[in-house]
Amino acid sequence: MTELRQRTAREPDGPPEDKVAAASGWARPGQRRPREMRRGRCRRVLSPSDPLSRPTVAAGLGSAEGPGVRGPRGARVAGQQESESEAKVDGETASDSESRAEASPPLIPADDTPEVLNRAFSSLSSRWKNWWVRGILTLAMIAFFFVIIYLGPLVLMIIVMCVQIKCFHEIITIGYNVYHSYDLPWFRTLSWYFLLCVNYFFYGETVTDYFFTLVQREEPLRILSKYHRFISFTLYLTGFCMFVLSLVKKHYRLQFYMFGWTHVTLLIVVTQSHLVIHNLFEGMIWFIVPISCVICNDIMAYMFGFFFGRTPLIKLSPKKTWEGFIGGFFATVVFGLLLSYVMSGYRCFVCPVEYNNDTNSFTVDCEPSDLFRLQEYVIPGVIQSIIGWKIVRMYPFQIHSIALSTFASLIGPFGGFFASGFKRAFKIKDFANTIPGHGGIMDRFDCQYLMATFVNVYIASFIRGPNPSKLIQQFLTLRPDQQLHIFNTLKSHLTDKGMLTAAAEDE
Amino acid sequence: MLELRHRGGCPGPGGAVAPPPREGEAAGGDHETESTSDKETDIDDRYGDLDSRTDSDIPEIPPSSDRTPEILKKALSGLSSRWKNWWIRGILTLTMISLFFLIIYMGSFMLMLLVLGIQVKCFHEIITIGYRVYRSYDLPWFRTLSWYFLLCVNYFFYGETVADYFATFVQREEQLQFLIRYHRFISFALYLAGFCMFVLSLVKKHYRLQFYMFAWTHVTLLITVTQSHLVIQNLFEGMIWFLVPISSVICNDITAYLFGFFFGRTPLIKLSPKKTWEGFIGGFFSTVVFGFIAAYVLSKYQYFVCPVEYRSDVNSFVTECEPSELFRLQSYSLPPFLKAVLRRETVSLYPFQIHSIALSTFASLIGPFGGFFASGFKRAFKIKDFANTIPGHGGIMDRFDCQYLMATFVHVYITSFIRGPNPSKVLQQLLVLQPEQQLNIYKTLKSHLIEKGILQPTLKDE
Repeated sequence: MTELRQRTAREPDGPPEDKVAAASGWARPGQRRPREMRRGRCRRVLSPSDPLSRPTVAAGLGSAEGPGVRGPRGARVAGQQESESEAKVDGETASDSESRAEASPPLIPADDTPEVLNRAFSSLSSRWKNWWVRGILTLAMIAFFFVIIYLGPLVLMIIVMCVQIKCFHEIITIGYNVYHSYDLPWFRTLSWYFLLCVNYFFYGETVTDYFFTLVQREEPLRILSKYHRFISFTLYLTGFCMFVLSLVKKHYRLQFYMFGWTHVTLLIVVTQSHLVIHNLFEGMIWFIVPISCVICNDIMAYMFGFFFGRTPLIKLSPKKTWEGFIGGFFATVVFGLLLSYVMSGYRCFVCPVEYNNDTNSFTVDCEPSDLFRLQEYVIPGVIQSIIGWKIVRMYPFQIHSIALSTFASLIGPFGGFFASGFKRAFKIKDFANTIPGHGGIMDRFDCQYLMATFVNVYIASFIRGPNPSKLIQQFLTLRPDQQLHIFNTLKSHLTDKGMLTAAAEDE
Repeated sequence: MLELRHRGGCPGPGGAVAPPPREGEAAGGDHETESTSDKETDIDDRYGDLDSRTDSDIPEIPPSSDRTPEILKKALSGLSSRWKNWWIRGILTLTMISLFFLIIYMGSFMLMLLVLGIQVKCFHEIITIGYRVYRSYDLPWFRTLSWYFLLCVNYFFYGETVADYFATFVQREEQLQFLIRYHRFISFALYLAGFCMFVLSLVKKHYRLQFYMFAWTHVTLLITVTQSHLVIQNLFEGMIWFLVPISSVICNDITAYLFGFFFGRTPLIKLSPKKTWEGFIGGFFSTVVFGFIAAYVLSKYQYFVCPVEYRSDVNSFVTECEPSELFRLQSYSLPPFLKAVLRRETVSLYPFQIHSIALSTFASLIGPFGGFFASGFKRAFKIKDFANTIPGHGGIMDRFDCQYLMATFVHVYITSFIRGPNPSKVLQQLLVLQPEQQLNIYKTLKSHLIEKGILQPTLKDE
């Protein structure tokens, strides 16, 4: 139990600050806390059942969920409520209630704004300062995005993996804070272990599918890929058995909750990131256009809402307005059309990412498919009269980009509402405080979840069928009689279609 | 809030759930602060406290009513309570085993329906526990949404199965073609509709509860629906791949119990105090022997051994084929130490029996972890049984808890060691490709087959 008591000493960033409280002028509550906590700890040991001592202590600490949403009075009252319920618990030890009290500060993320920015904007009022910080960080993130695109697909994949790990870490940390389970035996290890297992499984499948030739060459890789599912399953089973063996008598429920929490987080975070990587392999344009559409929708909806916003959209996010939503929709569709027009011209964006065995690196070089060749479309009569053109030359991909932008603006925000509901449910203001002015990585990526899955399903349903190299690989593992059967069926099918003539067979 | 407080009258398989005194007191404490504090904090904080308390504080959910049929009760009224319980369990065990045999006799289609029925019942049981734990039976929309998600995920999996295994059947019907081709898109759209409904149904005071139930539903789906579909895929590989694993798990349960009953002394794990090391090891050896013998008996019949296929002409499932090598007797020369014991040079076995040793080993060594997981779950939420569907045994989940890992293991085992991917699935995917891609693949395949000598180069005249 000593670790639980000393956990406050480990908390980073000194006295935690409440951003909302600071913004509203409530002077530095963080400074009071360490002293009060120490006082509270002594008090608890002396008189654990003394109901009078609790309200002040708990109020100073705020509730475990962080006072971000409520004002000071709400925090005190909530603390009072919690302490009342604490007073009524019989079988609780003092150390258990301590752990609850001491777990509260870490949820308040520290202010990470760099000193440079702080000094530069010290003269402005707090509201404009916040606006400028957000703006600068937005530009910094977009510039970073461009740099990474320039660096190529491998760097993009690494960035996607890092973002995934950081999102996982953020959500799991929230789970620890919610359940006060930071010190459950083994649990941190098990969560990271499960993340590793699931990533191993997905990366193995990706490597096996897309880098078939590379895998066939190397003997160890070939064995790993042949028995890939079995190995992944064994690794997962080991984690599962460790979980069962680590169940501790008083903490069953917490452990099951954290187990469930970990699995749902893995389901959300890891599957999405792998779908993003699959989209990337299809062609960088399938990665860049959807993500840019979501970002554009965020920014445009904010702008339209800022200038024209009047009717609230949904109770969950009171800042969102219908004007912002609709304005953002139209702006995003136009943006998507323009962006896909610009990008479809370049091979490096349009070609599927392939692994070149000779140069041992990723290459994007191919003959662009039909989607990315300019075609002439006849404009329907309605728009003809408005624009005055009869035909227009577009890439077919631009038509698809309309579908993608529509999804990004109409359904994408539901991912954002989901995350807002989640934050309200667990009473946190932001997922973390990684990006100053914006919150955590998850705050930026919440609208992207559904987008990645949608793009992947869209590609699989409408653009291309299954992956040919994967099919060849599966074919080669079949029995000879099955191979012959398939070959003959394919031959008759191609002959029916007229693709195969007797002359072509001589090659 | 009134409904949540009065949930003592909640319908469901259990009896009345007495509202625990602590929650009631905390609710009473709420009254003074309610008018002044942020209204959002009330319910969510109460359940927040529920989350973070240690297990000893959570009151026990009283067991559901006794559903033993009257006729059994009358027949056994003379015996003492302990023997009565033993007899009820025994009779129900025999009933379940005979039901199992009956359904096997009736064929694979009935087995699929049975698996589907069990899956739905397991889902219902776990979700009901979630409602009880979170006292959220009256959350707006939630029951509808849970069943809707179950329907979506089942639609997705069954659609994939139908597309894979019934390619010929599907090729005939136009509407089915459309549904298959855009299957993923349709499933995703259905799921999205449920997701958006969930987001729109978030009610101000119940955010946390709703998120908990959402997560609970998804984890339950992950456990029950994926396992049941793996079971059905194993079934399609051949009924023996369905029967031997399940029987091994059942045999392990029964023999471990018997060994523990007669010889048990050393407790195995704190989670399940009734389990003993003697039972565990005795169960292991008897299950391996049982699996070996069952594999030998079942391998002889085409009915069990052949992959299940759908014949379009007779419009039903048939299991008729040339048994693969796994199911043909082969002679194995015994290693020296066994030679001395059995005094024979060679023994003829089905290769499948070797695989059955692997399956039985898994069933006895790792399968019980599924049982421990379920025991831990029951202790965590202070329930004695998942439900009271089967008198003397508890709910359906209580019977199937060891089977979870088994189904996944068998599926992974089959795909890794026995056969590769499903041929009809490969064919179906081939037919969906673009013509140029098909031509490329055709050429690659042809050169490969000629290399391997499967295809003769001179047969070009066809």
